[in-house]
Amino acid sequence: MNRVHLPRSLEGAWEILDRVPEARVYAGGTDLFVKLQGEARSRAVLVCLERIRELRGIRDAGKHVWIGACTPYTEILSDPSVQEHFPVLSDAIRKLGSPLIRNMGTMGGNICTASPAGDTLPPLYILEATLEIRSHSNTRRIPVQDFILGPGQARLEPGEILSGIEIQKGHPYPVHFYEKVGQRQALAIAVVSLAVMMRLSEAGDIEAIRMAFGSVAPTVVRPLPIETQLAGAPLDEKTLREAGAMLQAHLFPIDDIRASARYRRRVSANILQRLRLRGKASMKDSHRFGP
Amino acid sequence: MNISFHLNGRPVTVRVPSGKRVVDVLRQDLNLTGTKEACGSGECGACTILVEGRARLSCLMLAVQLKERHVVTIEGLASGGLLHPVQEAFVEYGAVQCGFCTPGMILAAVDLLKRNPLPSGEEIREAVSGNLCRCTGYARIVDAILAASRRMARGKKR
Ligand SMILES: Cc1cc2nc3c(=O)[nH]c(=O)nc-3n(C[C@H](O)[C@H](O)[C@H](O)COP(=O)(O)OP(=O)(O)OC[C@H]3O[C@@H](n4cnc5c(N)ncnc54)[C@H](O)[C@@H]3O)c2cc1C
Ligand code: FES
Ligand code: FES
Repeated sequence: MNRVHLPRSLEGAWEILDRVPEARVYAGGTDLFVKLQGEARSRAVLVCLERIRELRGIRDAGKHVWIGACTPYTEILSDPSVQEHFPVLSDAIRKLGSPLIRNMGTMGGNICTASPAGDTLPPLYILEATLEIRSHSNTRRIPVQDFILGPGQARLEPGEILSGIEIQKGHPYPVHFYEKVGQRQALAIAVVSLAVMMRLSEAGDIEAIRMAFGSVAPTVVRPLPIETQLAGAPLDEKTLREAGAMLQAHLFPIDDIRASARYRRRVSANILQRLRLRGKASMKDSHRFGP
Repeated sequence: MNISFHLNGRPVTVRVPSGKRVVDVLRQDLNLTGTKEACGSGECGACTILVEGRARLSCLMLAVQLKERHVVTIEGLASGGLLHPVQEAFVEYGAVQCGFCTPGMILAAVDLLKRNPLPSGEEIREAVSGNLCRCTGYARIVDAILAASRRMARGKKR
Protein backbone atom coordinates (compact mmCIF):
# COMPACT_ATOMS: atom_id res chain seq x y z
CA MET A 1 0.00 0.00 0.00
CA ASN A 2 1.20 3.49 -0.76
CA ARG A 3 1.51 5.45 2.47
CA VAL A 4 3.46 8.47 1.24
CA HIS A 5 1.64 11.00 -0.90
CA LEU A 6 2.94 13.79 -3.09
CA PRO A 7 -0.08 15.93 -3.97
CA ARG A 8 0.30 18.81 -6.43
CA SER A 9 -2.51 20.91 -5.04
CA LEU A 10 -4.17 21.67 -1.73
CA GLU A 11 -7.27 19.96 -3.08
CA GLY A 12 -5.16 16.82 -3.53
CA ALA A 13 -3.77 17.11 0.02
CA TRP A 14 -7.24 17.45 1.55
CA GLU A 15 -8.50 14.51 -0.42
CA ILE A 16 -5.96 12.39 1.51
CA LEU A 17 -6.35 14.18 4.87
CA ASP A 18 -10.14 13.71 4.72
CA ARG A 19 -9.76 10.02 3.95
CA VAL A 20 -6.93 9.26 6.42
CA PRO A 21 -7.32 11.52 9.46
CA GLU A 22 -4.10 10.28 11.09
CA ALA A 23 -2.03 11.27 8.03
CA ARG A 24 0.82 13.66 8.82
CA VAL A 25 1.95 16.48 6.55
CA TYR A 26 5.55 17.58 6.07
CA ALA A 27 7.53 20.04 3.96
CA GLY A 28 11.35 19.85 4.11
CA GLY A 29 11.38 16.87 6.45
CA THR A 30 14.32 18.31 8.41
CA ASP A 31 12.44 18.09 11.70
CA LEU A 32 10.09 15.23 10.94
CA PHE A 33 12.63 12.66 9.69
CA VAL A 34 15.02 13.27 12.54
CA LYS A 35 12.26 12.11 14.88
CA LEU A 36 10.45 9.61 12.68
CA GLN A 37 12.88 6.75 12.09
CA GLY A 38 12.76 3.04 11.29
CA GLU A 39 9.50 1.16 11.80
CA ALA A 40 7.53 4.26 12.71
CA ARG A 41 8.55 5.85 9.44
CA SER A 42 7.51 2.90 7.31
CA ARG A 43 4.16 2.68 9.07
CA ALA A 44 3.26 6.39 8.97
CA VAL A 45 0.90 7.86 6.41
CA LEU A 46 2.62 11.00 5.16
CA VAL A 47 1.65 13.84 2.89
CA CYS A 48 4.61 15.71 1.43
CA LEU A 49 3.66 19.34 0.73
CA GLU A 50 6.73 20.31 -1.30
CA ARG A 51 5.03 20.21 -4.72
CA ILE A 52 1.97 22.23 -3.82
CA ARG A 53 2.26 25.49 -5.76
CA GLU A 54 -0.24 27.33 -3.54
CA LEU A 55 2.10 26.90 -0.56
CA ARG A 56 5.22 28.24 -2.21
CA GLY A 57 6.71 31.51 -3.31
CA ILE A 58 6.91 35.06 -2.03
CA ARG A 59 4.47 37.78 -3.04
CA ASP A 60 4.76 41.48 -2.35
CA ALA A 61 1.12 42.45 -1.85
CA GLY A 62 1.75 46.17 -1.37
CA LYS A 63 1.10 46.63 2.35
CA HIS A 64 2.42 43.21 3.30
CA VAL A 65 4.59 40.42 1.99
CA TRP A 66 3.20 36.88 1.81
CA ILE A 67 5.65 34.02 2.21
CA GLY A 68 4.42 30.56 1.28
CA ALA A 69 4.80 28.24 4.28
CA CYS A 70 6.59 25.60 2.20
CA THR A 71 9.10 27.92 0.51
CA PRO A 72 12.61 26.62 1.27
CA TYR A 73 14.85 29.02 3.19
CA THR A 74 17.34 29.34 0.34
CA GLU A 75 14.59 30.82 -1.83
CA ILE A 76 13.54 33.23 0.91
CA LEU A 77 17.13 34.40 1.28
CA SER A 78 17.39 35.21 -2.41
CA ASP A 79 14.20 37.27 -2.38
CA PRO A 80 14.85 41.03 -2.55
CA SER A 81 11.66 42.12 -0.75
CA VAL A 82 12.37 39.99 2.35
CA GLN A 83 15.93 41.29 2.46
CA GLU A 84 14.77 44.88 2.03
CA HIS A 85 11.83 44.96 4.44
CA PHE A 86 12.66 42.30 7.03
CA PRO A 87 16.45 42.13 7.44
CA VAL A 88 16.02 40.69 10.95
CA LEU A 89 14.32 37.67 9.40
CA SER A 90 16.98 37.17 6.72
CA ASP A 91 19.64 37.55 9.39
CA ALA A 92 18.04 34.77 11.47
CA ILE A 93 17.56 32.46 8.49
CA ARG A 94 21.21 32.88 7.50
CA LYS A 95 22.11 31.56 10.97
CA LEU A 96 19.72 28.59 10.82
CA GLY A 97 21.17 25.10 10.35
CA SER A 98 23.50 24.78 7.37
CA PRO A 99 23.17 25.50 3.65
CA LEU A 100 21.90 21.94 3.15
CA ILE A 101 19.26 22.34 5.85
CA ARG A 102 18.29 25.70 4.32
CA ASN A 103 17.88 24.11 0.87
CA MET A 104 15.21 21.84 2.37
CA GLY A 105 13.77 23.44 5.52
CA THR A 106 10.83 25.84 5.58
CA MET A 107 9.31 28.47 7.87
CA GLY A 108 6.09 26.46 7.96
CA GLY A 109 8.04 23.58 9.49
CA ASN A 110 9.88 25.84 11.91
CA ILE A 111 6.63 27.43 13.12
CA CYS A 112 4.66 24.16 13.44
CA THR A 113 7.55 22.47 15.27
CA ALA A 114 7.18 25.32 17.77
CA SER A 115 10.56 24.80 19.37
CA PRO A 116 11.59 27.55 21.82
CA ALA A 117 14.86 27.59 19.87
CA GLY A 118 13.25 27.98 16.42
CA ASP A 119 15.32 30.68 14.76
CA THR A 120 12.58 32.28 12.67
CA LEU A 121 10.27 32.74 15.66
CA PRO A 122 11.82 35.73 17.49
CA PRO A 123 11.89 37.76 14.24
CA LEU A 124 8.30 36.77 13.43
CA TYR A 125 7.20 37.84 16.93
CA ILE A 126 8.65 41.34 16.64
CA LEU A 127 7.50 41.71 13.04
CA GLU A 128 4.05 40.76 14.40
CA ALA A 129 3.55 38.26 11.61
CA THR A 130 0.13 36.77 10.88
CA LEU A 131 -0.25 33.14 9.91
CA GLU A 132 -2.68 32.05 7.23
CA ILE A 133 -4.15 28.65 8.01
CA ARG A 134 -6.30 26.74 5.60
CA SER A 135 -8.52 23.74 5.85
CA HIS A 136 -10.76 22.16 3.25
CA SER A 137 -13.64 24.45 4.14
CA ASN A 138 -12.06 27.52 5.72
CA THR A 139 -9.18 30.02 5.84
CA ARG A 140 -8.30 31.71 9.12
CA ARG A 141 -5.62 34.17 10.23
CA ILE A 142 -3.89 34.20 13.59
CA PRO A 143 -0.98 36.18 15.05
CA VAL A 144 2.10 33.99 15.41
CA GLN A 145 2.28 34.40 19.20
CA ASP A 146 -1.30 33.13 19.58
CA PHE A 147 -0.59 30.13 17.39
CA ILE A 148 2.34 28.80 19.41
CA LEU A 149 1.34 27.33 22.77
CA GLY A 150 4.49 25.61 24.01
CA PRO A 151 7.30 23.32 22.91
CA GLY A 152 5.93 21.24 20.03
CA GLN A 153 2.42 22.58 20.57
CA ALA A 154 0.61 24.76 18.09
CA ARG A 155 -3.02 25.68 17.48
CA LEU A 156 -3.45 23.47 14.45
CA GLU A 157 -6.60 21.39 14.09
CA PRO A 158 -6.69 18.09 12.22
CA GLY A 159 -6.95 18.78 8.49
CA GLU A 160 -5.46 22.27 8.81
CA ILE A 161 -2.37 23.34 6.90
CA LEU A 162 -0.28 26.42 7.56
CA SER A 163 -0.33 27.98 4.11
CA GLY A 164 1.44 31.30 4.44
CA ILE A 165 3.06 33.92 6.63
CA GLU A 166 2.01 37.55 6.17
CA ILE A 167 4.26 40.35 7.36
CA GLN A 168 3.35 44.04 7.24
CA LYS A 169 5.85 46.30 5.54
CA GLY A 170 6.86 49.79 6.65
CA HIS A 171 7.89 49.14 10.25
CA PRO A 172 9.55 52.38 11.42
CA TYR A 173 12.66 50.61 12.78
CA PRO A 174 15.74 51.06 10.60
CA VAL A 175 18.08 48.90 12.71
CA HIS A 176 17.39 45.14 12.52
CA PHE A 177 19.51 42.33 13.85
CA TYR A 178 19.48 38.77 15.12
CA GLU A 179 21.98 37.47 17.66
CA LYS A 180 22.36 33.75 18.22
CA VAL A 181 24.51 32.19 20.87
CA GLY A 182 25.15 28.52 20.20
CA GLN A 183 27.87 26.02 20.87
CA ARG A 184 29.51 26.62 17.51
CA GLN A 185 29.02 28.54 14.27
CA ALA A 186 27.24 26.18 11.89
CA LEU A 187 24.55 23.65 12.76
CA ALA A 188 24.07 24.92 16.27
CA ILE A 189 20.73 25.12 18.01
CA ALA A 190 20.44 28.42 19.88
CA VAL A 191 21.25 28.48 23.60
CA VAL A 192 19.92 32.04 23.65
CA SER A 193 18.80 34.14 20.72
CA LEU A 194 17.65 37.73 20.41
CA ALA A 195 15.83 39.52 17.61
CA VAL A 196 15.80 43.31 17.68
CA MET A 197 14.32 46.15 15.63
CA MET A 198 15.08 49.65 16.83
CA ARG A 199 15.14 53.31 15.90
CA LEU A 200 17.74 55.70 17.26
CA SER A 201 17.61 59.47 17.52
CA GLU A 202 20.27 61.61 15.91
CA ALA A 203 22.01 61.82 19.27
CA GLY A 204 22.09 58.01 19.38
CA ASP A 205 19.39 57.47 22.04
CA ILE A 206 16.83 54.70 21.68
CA GLU A 207 13.61 56.15 20.26
CA ALA A 208 11.68 52.92 19.91
CA ILE A 209 12.53 49.24 20.14
CA ARG A 210 11.04 45.79 19.82
CA MET A 211 12.82 42.68 21.04
CA ALA A 212 12.18 38.96 21.42
CA PHE A 213 14.26 36.21 23.01
CA GLY A 214 14.44 32.54 21.98
CA SER A 215 15.42 29.47 24.05
CA VAL A 216 14.78 31.12 27.42
CA ALA A 217 11.21 29.92 28.11
CA PRO A 218 8.67 27.41 26.71
CA THR A 219 7.83 29.93 24.00
CA VAL A 220 9.53 33.01 22.59
CA VAL A 221 9.59 35.88 25.10
CA ARG A 222 8.75 39.42 24.01
CA PRO A 223 9.27 41.55 27.15
CA LEU A 224 6.96 44.49 26.40
CA PRO A 225 7.71 46.37 29.67
CA ILE A 226 11.38 46.46 28.73
CA GLU A 227 10.59 47.78 25.28
CA THR A 228 8.62 50.58 26.95
CA GLN A 229 11.34 51.21 29.51
CA LEU A 230 14.01 51.53 26.85
CA ALA A 231 12.08 53.94 24.64
CA GLY A 232 13.72 57.34 25.14
CA ALA A 233 16.69 55.94 27.09
CA PRO A 234 20.33 56.48 26.14
CA LEU A 235 21.99 53.54 24.45
CA ASP A 236 24.68 53.00 27.05
CA GLU A 237 26.13 50.27 29.20
CA LYS A 238 24.23 51.24 32.34
CA THR A 239 20.79 51.39 30.67
CA LEU A 240 21.30 47.98 29.13
CA ARG A 241 22.61 46.50 32.39
CA GLU A 242 19.46 47.67 34.15
CA ALA A 243 17.31 46.30 31.34
CA GLY A 244 19.14 42.96 31.72
CA ALA A 245 18.25 42.86 35.41
CA MET A 246 14.61 43.70 34.73
CA LEU A 247 14.52 41.08 32.01
CA GLN A 248 15.09 38.24 34.50
CA ALA A 249 11.44 38.29 35.62
CA HIS A 250 10.35 37.45 32.05
CA LEU A 251 12.61 34.43 31.58
CA PHE A 252 11.74 30.81 32.41
CA PRO A 253 14.74 28.92 31.10
CA ILE A 254 15.51 25.23 31.58
CA ASP A 255 18.65 23.16 32.09
CA ASP A 256 19.28 20.90 29.11
CA ILE A 257 22.13 19.24 27.25
CA ARG A 258 23.08 22.51 25.60
CA ALA A 259 23.21 24.85 28.60
CA SER A 260 22.09 25.44 32.15
CA ALA A 261 19.22 27.74 33.05
CA ARG A 262 21.65 29.97 34.95
CA TYR A 263 23.88 30.35 31.93
CA ARG A 264 20.89 31.24 29.75
CA ARG A 265 19.83 33.95 32.22
CA ARG A 266 23.29 35.41 32.31
CA VAL A 267 23.75 35.38 28.54
CA SER A 268 20.31 36.91 27.96
CA ALA A 269 21.27 39.90 30.08
CA ASN A 270 24.75 40.23 28.61
CA ILE A 271 23.61 39.88 25.03
CA LEU A 272 21.69 43.14 25.41
CA GLN A 273 25.05 44.93 25.34
CA ARG A 274 25.22 44.01 21.66
CA LEU A 275 22.64 46.72 21.08
CA ARG A 276 25.38 49.26 21.63
CA LEU A 277 27.62 47.69 19.01
CA ARG A 278 24.84 47.37 16.47
CA GLY A 279 23.60 50.84 17.27
CA LYS A 280 27.04 52.35 16.77
CA ALA A 281 27.56 50.46 13.53
CA SER A 282 24.25 51.74 12.18
CA MET A 283 25.08 55.35 13.13
CA LYS A 284 28.33 55.05 11.22
CA ASP A 285 26.50 53.60 8.23
CA SER A 286 23.89 56.33 8.14
CA HIS A 287 26.67 58.90 8.45
CA ARG A 288 28.41 57.39 5.46
CA PHE A 289 25.41 56.68 3.25
CA GLY A 290 22.81 59.03 4.68
CA PRO A 291 21.49 62.25 3.16
CA MET B 1 5.32 1.49 -5.37
CA ASN B 2 7.13 2.39 -8.61
CA ILE B 3 9.06 5.64 -8.83
CA SER B 4 10.52 7.03 -12.03
CA PHE B 5 13.13 9.76 -12.18
CA HIS B 6 16.32 10.79 -13.97
CA LEU B 7 19.43 9.56 -12.27
CA ASN B 8 22.83 10.74 -13.51
CA GLY B 9 21.35 11.54 -16.89
CA ARG B 10 19.38 8.32 -17.40
CA PRO B 11 15.76 7.52 -16.72
CA VAL B 12 15.26 4.92 -14.00
CA THR B 13 12.28 3.25 -12.39
CA VAL B 14 12.57 1.52 -9.02
CA ARG B 15 10.07 -0.43 -7.01
CA VAL B 16 10.35 0.54 -3.34
CA PRO B 17 8.24 0.29 -0.23
CA SER B 18 6.80 3.69 0.65
CA GLY B 19 8.62 5.28 3.54
CA LYS B 20 12.05 4.21 2.28
CA ARG B 21 14.64 6.98 2.38
CA VAL B 22 16.49 8.18 -0.70
CA VAL B 23 19.89 7.21 0.73
CA ASP B 24 18.70 3.61 1.19
CA VAL B 25 17.24 3.40 -2.30
CA LEU B 26 20.47 4.69 -3.84
CA ARG B 27 22.72 2.38 -1.86
CA GLN B 28 20.60 -0.75 -1.60
CA ASP B 29 18.34 -0.79 -4.64
CA LEU B 30 20.50 1.03 -7.17
CA ASN B 31 23.93 -0.06 -5.89
CA LEU B 32 25.25 3.48 -5.88
CA THR B 33 27.31 3.37 -2.71
CA GLY B 34 29.15 6.65 -3.36
CA THR B 35 26.44 8.39 -1.36
CA LYS B 36 27.32 7.82 2.30
CA GLU B 37 25.35 7.80 5.48
CA ALA B 38 26.90 8.73 8.82
CA CYS B 39 24.54 10.56 11.14
CA GLY B 40 21.22 9.90 9.43
CA SER B 41 19.90 13.13 10.93
CA GLY B 42 21.01 16.03 8.77
CA GLU B 43 24.14 17.00 10.67
CA CYS B 44 27.03 15.67 8.59
CA GLY B 45 26.31 16.10 4.88
CA ALA B 46 27.82 12.73 3.91
CA CYS B 47 24.56 11.81 2.16
CA THR B 48 24.40 14.96 -0.02
CA ILE B 49 23.01 14.55 -3.54
CA LEU B 50 21.87 17.07 -6.17
CA VAL B 51 18.16 17.28 -6.90
CA GLU B 52 17.37 19.68 -9.76
CA GLY B 53 20.92 20.96 -9.26
CA ARG B 54 20.43 21.75 -5.57
CA ALA B 55 22.35 20.01 -2.79
CA ARG B 56 19.98 18.07 -0.54
CA LEU B 57 20.32 15.50 2.21
CA SER B 58 19.26 12.05 1.06
CA CYS B 59 18.88 10.81 4.65
CA LEU B 60 16.00 13.24 5.24
CA MET B 61 14.10 12.54 2.03
CA LEU B 62 11.77 9.75 1.02
CA ALA B 63 12.20 8.03 -2.33
CA VAL B 64 8.81 9.22 -3.56
CA GLN B 65 10.11 12.81 -3.44
CA LEU B 66 12.43 11.97 -6.35
CA LYS B 67 9.51 11.30 -8.70
CA GLU B 68 10.19 12.99 -12.06
CA ARG B 69 13.18 14.86 -10.67
CA HIS B 70 16.71 15.09 -12.08
CA VAL B 71 19.10 13.59 -9.57
CA VAL B 72 22.90 13.58 -9.62
CA THR B 73 25.00 11.48 -7.27
CA ILE B 74 28.79 11.48 -7.04
CA GLU B 75 28.81 8.61 -9.59
CA GLY B 76 27.24 10.88 -12.21
CA LEU B 77 29.57 13.83 -11.96
CA ALA B 78 32.37 12.69 -14.25
CA SER B 79 31.48 12.76 -17.92
CA GLY B 80 33.04 11.08 -20.93
CA GLY B 81 35.73 9.51 -18.76
CA LEU B 82 36.81 12.94 -17.45
CA LEU B 83 36.54 13.94 -13.83
CA HIS B 84 34.57 17.07 -12.98
CA PRO B 85 36.95 19.99 -12.28
CA VAL B 86 36.01 19.90 -8.58
CA GLN B 87 36.86 16.19 -8.40
CA GLU B 88 40.12 16.84 -10.22
CA ALA B 89 41.07 19.62 -7.81
CA PHE B 90 40.26 17.41 -4.78
CA VAL B 91 42.72 14.81 -6.08
CA GLU B 92 45.36 17.36 -6.95
CA TYR B 93 45.19 19.26 -3.66
CA GLY B 94 45.08 16.21 -1.42
CA ALA B 95 41.64 17.17 -0.15
CA VAL B 96 40.73 13.51 0.39
CA GLN B 97 41.94 11.35 3.26
CA CYS B 98 39.53 8.60 4.28
CA GLY B 99 37.11 9.85 1.64
CA PHE B 100 33.92 9.38 3.60
CA CYS B 101 32.92 13.05 3.44
CA THR B 102 34.22 13.55 -0.10
CA PRO B 103 31.14 12.77 -2.23
CA GLY B 104 28.96 15.10 -0.17
CA MET B 105 31.63 17.76 0.03
CA ILE B 106 32.14 17.73 -3.75
CA LEU B 107 28.42 17.90 -4.53
CA ALA B 108 27.93 20.79 -2.08
CA ALA B 109 30.80 22.57 -3.87
CA VAL B 110 29.27 21.91 -7.29
CA ASP B 111 26.00 23.44 -6.11
CA LEU B 112 27.88 26.49 -4.80
CA LEU B 113 29.89 27.05 -7.98
CA LYS B 114 26.79 26.94 -10.12
CA ARG B 115 25.29 29.86 -8.17
CA ASN B 116 28.49 31.66 -7.34
CA PRO B 117 31.23 30.85 -9.88
CA LEU B 118 33.98 32.80 -8.10
CA PRO B 119 33.39 32.49 -4.36
CA SER B 120 35.73 33.83 -1.71
CA GLY B 121 37.39 31.49 0.81
CA GLU B 122 34.86 32.68 3.35
CA GLU B 123 31.93 31.89 1.03
CA ILE B 124 33.34 28.43 0.39
CA ARG B 125 33.70 27.69 4.11
CA GLU B 126 30.12 28.82 4.65
CA ALA B 127 28.87 26.71 1.71
CA VAL B 128 30.40 23.49 3.07
CA SER B 129 29.60 24.26 6.71
CA GLY B 130 26.99 21.49 6.70
CA ASN B 131 29.54 18.91 5.50
CA LEU B 132 31.70 17.53 8.27
CA CYS B 133 35.17 16.14 7.69
CA ARG B 134 36.96 14.23 10.46
CA CYS B 135 40.29 14.00 8.65
CA THR B 136 41.55 16.89 6.59
CA GLY B 137 41.04 19.95 8.77
CA TYR B 138 39.23 21.55 5.79
CA ALA B 139 42.13 23.73 4.58
CA ARG B 140 42.84 21.58 1.53
CA ILE B 141 39.16 21.18 0.79
CA VAL B 142 38.74 24.95 0.66
CA ASP B 143 41.90 25.31 -1.45
CA ALA B 144 40.66 22.66 -3.88
CA ILE B 145 37.28 24.32 -4.33
CA LEU B 146 38.94 27.70 -4.81
CA ALA B 147 41.27 26.26 -7.45
CA ALA B 148 38.39 24.49 -9.21
CA SER B 149 36.38 27.71 -9.32
CA ARG B 150 39.22 29.61 -10.97
CA ARG B 151 39.85 26.84 -13.45
CA MET B 152 36.19 26.59 -14.37
CA ALA B 153 35.87 30.36 -14.78
CA ARG B 154 38.92 30.45 -17.03
CA GLY B 155 37.54 27.52 -19.01
CA LYS B 156 34.32 29.41 -19.63
CA LYS B 157 36.05 32.56 -20.87
CA ARG B 158 37.98 30.67 -23.50
C1 LIG C 1 21.02 19.29 11.31
C2 LIG C 1 19.87 20.19 11.64
C3 LIG C 1 20.11 21.50 12.06
C4 LIG C 1 19.05 22.34 12.38
N1 LIG C 1 19.34 23.60 12.80
C5 LIG C 1 18.34 24.45 13.13
C6 LIG C 1 18.62 25.76 13.58
O1 LIG C 1 19.77 26.20 13.66
N2 LIG C 1 17.57 26.55 13.93
C7 LIG C 1 16.28 26.13 13.83
O2 LIG C 1 15.38 26.89 14.14
N3 LIG C 1 15.98 24.88 13.40
C8 LIG C 1 16.98 24.03 13.04
N4 LIG C 1 16.69 22.77 12.61
C9 LIG C 1 15.30 22.31 12.58
C10 LIG C 1 14.60 22.42 11.22
O3 LIG C 1 15.51 22.41 10.15
C11 LIG C 1 13.74 23.67 11.11
O4 LIG C 1 12.82 23.73 12.15
C12 LIG C 1 13.00 23.74 9.75
O5 LIG C 1 12.48 25.01 9.58
C13 LIG C 1 11.86 22.73 9.66
O6 LIG C 1 11.22 22.89 8.41
P1 LIG C 1 10.80 21.61 7.53
O7 LIG C 1 10.04 22.12 6.37
O8 LIG C 1 11.97 20.77 7.22
O9 LIG C 1 9.85 20.85 8.58
P2 LIG C 1 9.23 19.39 8.50
O10 LIG C 1 10.18 18.42 9.11
O11 LIG C 1 8.77 19.13 7.13
O12 LIG C 1 7.97 19.58 9.45
C14 LIG C 1 8.10 19.85 10.82
C15 LIG C 1 6.76 19.73 11.52
O13 LIG C 1 5.88 20.75 11.08
C16 LIG C 1 4.73 20.22 10.47
N5 LIG C 1 4.51 21.04 9.27
C17 LIG C 1 5.46 21.41 8.35
N6 LIG C 1 4.93 22.24 7.44
C18 LIG C 1 3.62 22.38 7.76
C19 LIG C 1 2.54 23.14 7.20
N7 LIG C 1 2.72 23.92 6.13
N8 LIG C 1 1.34 23.08 7.78
C20 LIG C 1 1.14 22.31 8.89
N9 LIG C 1 2.13 21.59 9.48
C21 LIG C 1 3.35 21.63 8.92
C22 LIG C 1 5.02 18.78 10.18
O14 LIG C 1 3.87 18.00 10.35
C23 LIG C 1 6.05 18.43 11.24
O15 LIG C 1 5.41 18.05 12.42
C24 LIG C 1 17.73 21.90 12.26
C25 LIG C 1 17.48 20.59 11.81
C26 LIG C 1 18.54 19.74 11.49
C27 LIG C 1 18.25 18.36 10.99
S1 FES D 1 23.81 11.07 6.83
FE1 FES D 1 22.57 12.62 6.02
S2 FES D 1 23.38 14.36 6.95
FE2 FES D 1 24.51 12.81 7.94
S1 FES E 1 38.40 12.80 4.40
FE1 FES E 1 37.80 11.58 6.07
S2 FES E 1 36.02 12.58 6.72
FE2 FES E 1 36.76 13.94 5.28
